[in-house]
Amino acid sequence: MSLSTEEVAKVAVLARLRLSPEELQTFTGQLNAIVDYVAQLQEPDTTGVEPLAHGVEVRNVFRDDVRGEALPREAALANAPKRNAESFLVPAVLD
Amino acid sequence: MSHPYDVVIGLEIHVQLQTESKMFSWCGTEFGLPPNTQTDPVSLGMPGTLPVMNRKAFELALKTAVALGAEITPFTKWDRKNYYYPDLPKNYQISQYDLPFSTGGWLDIPARKDGGGGSRCALTRVHLEEDTGKLTHGVGDYSEVDLNRAGIPLMEIVGEPEIRSAADARGCLEELKLTLRSLGVSDCEMQEGSLRCDANVNLHIHKDGKTIATPIVEIKNLNSFRAVEKALNYETERQYKKWLEDGLTIKDSPKTTRGWNDAEEVTKPQREKETAADYRYFPEPDLVPVVVDEEWLARVRASIGELPGARRERFQTAYGLSPYDANVLVEQGDDVADYFDAVARDTSEYKLASNWIQQDVLRSIKDKKQAIADFPVRPDALADLINRVKRGELNTNQGREVLGRMIETGDPAETVIELGGYKMVSDSGAIAAAVDAALAANPQAIEDIKKGKKKPEAVKGFLRGQVMKQTGGKANPALVGELLEAKLAELLA
Repeated sequence: MSLSTEEVAKVAVLARLRLSPEELQTFTGQLNAIVDYVAQLQEPDTTGVEPLAHGVEVRNVFRDDVRGEALPREAALANAPKRNAESFLVPAVLD
Repeated sequence: MSHPYDVVIGLEIHVQLQTESKMFSWCGTEFGLPPNTQTDPVSLGMPGTLPVMNRKAFELALKTAVALGAEITPFTKWDRKNYYYPDLPKNYQISQYDLPFSTGGWLDIPARKDGGGGSRCALTRVHLEEDTGKLTHGVGDYSEVDLNRAGIPLMEIVGEPEIRSAADARGCLEELKLTLRSLGVSDCEMQEGSLRCDANVNLHIHKDGKTIATPIVEIKNLNSFRAVEKALNYETERQYKKWLEDGLTIKDSPKTTRGWNDAEEVTKPQREKETAADYRYFPEPDLVPVVVDEEWLARVRASIGELPGARRERFQTAYGLSPYDANVLVEQGDDVADYFDAVARDTSEYKLASNWIQQDVLRSIKDKKQAIADFPVRPDALADLINRVKRGELNTNQGREVLGRMIETGDPAETVIELGGYKMVSDSGAIAAAVDAALAANPQAIEDIKKGKKKPEAVKGFLRGQVMKQTGGKANPALVGELLEAKLAELLA
């Protein structure tokens, strides 16, 4: 299994990362090393083994539908890079 | 409808579930609060926070799926749907990918007076996810993000592309709304966004014995039932015209997205979203799977009452109502149908009860924007009035007049009848006198029949009205008809 630079470039776009040509080369190499390492998991024969849906064997964890206190708006907006009195502001999104 | 094509429509419906708190955290879900006043660290996507599933949200979704006849997945899990958009604080949405909690199911679209409807809309799946925040555009170079909605429990219902007309698509949505409200799952207010719908549509054009499929278009921004129907009709015509121009088929062009513009009543192209494979779904490690056993399912089944479809059937079989009348009573919602059921417990004049509820009761509550629970004439009082008509104390017209007074005053029928001097006149002597008076006042009527100038039935109808007038509307209509016939037979002999 080997990732091409095109595949890594596409993943970078999906992750909103802007990579220089040099970075693309570096990360393609590093990502491939990681993928190859994980690829060892493909070696054992898993015929007849149930796929694992979750790492812990706990099921049905719920909370009751009880309303608690909301964050004060000032606290909610405290870390916003840009904001006005009521809302987070982001570069204009046009549909 | 002699178009050379079939319309193929599939709906994707999102429904906000009626819970007090969010899907994975404790803050409230109320609609219409000032922006960003309904958040908590989980719904803001703060690092280090963990989601915990709202039991009520899961159970409401389960109840819906069972009511829709869907197959419940005994083992269901959650997945992350990854994409970057400012309305999604975590950069992933918790959703369900390969093991949704339910698959299949259906909705029956009620028959309409125009002959449409009456078909079944099959469902692909129902799954559970979290709602995103809301973006407001047009503030200079910036868009505003309100995260009040982020994390509200959202149920996605995906329908099979089997709907064949815009009117049926609307019918399917309206039936879903009626059903979900009856189940207490959601208020389904399209204007407030608690019911949202995207529609996929294309045409199967028949030409020279072959079927040609046009490219699929997904329509968004459908914010009312009316908009759904209008947009689909518009898009159907647009696709046909476009195909006549460029001949492009489903093989030439991928699915595109268009937004409905309500003011201009057109669909316009929208920016393309990433395709499904690019969402890079993977299992959500922060939530454990859910196992639904038989005992739990039995509890859910037991909590489901009579659904609107079954109620329509019962109104026809138990009360002898027409499909149309049964539907009008049921489609108003459970409150009105319950009211009718309550009236029908105390009288056997079902048809009259249905007529008066449709005409007088519904008009009154609509005019006053009143809930039927606040309607001054309670079911037992209406049944009492109907029984008086049945016993011959009042004729039907008097009955409606009395009902009008009962609505105004809130008094029982007995009081209104006594105060208003309503009493049906069944005295043959008095009615015979009224017949004579009516004939004397309208001598041309007999002439019209004799000379064949007017149809006898029309003249008789006119004369019956005149006799009723002579008695101040109080005469027994059956007796009026009988005595008038006898008198006319005598005169025309």
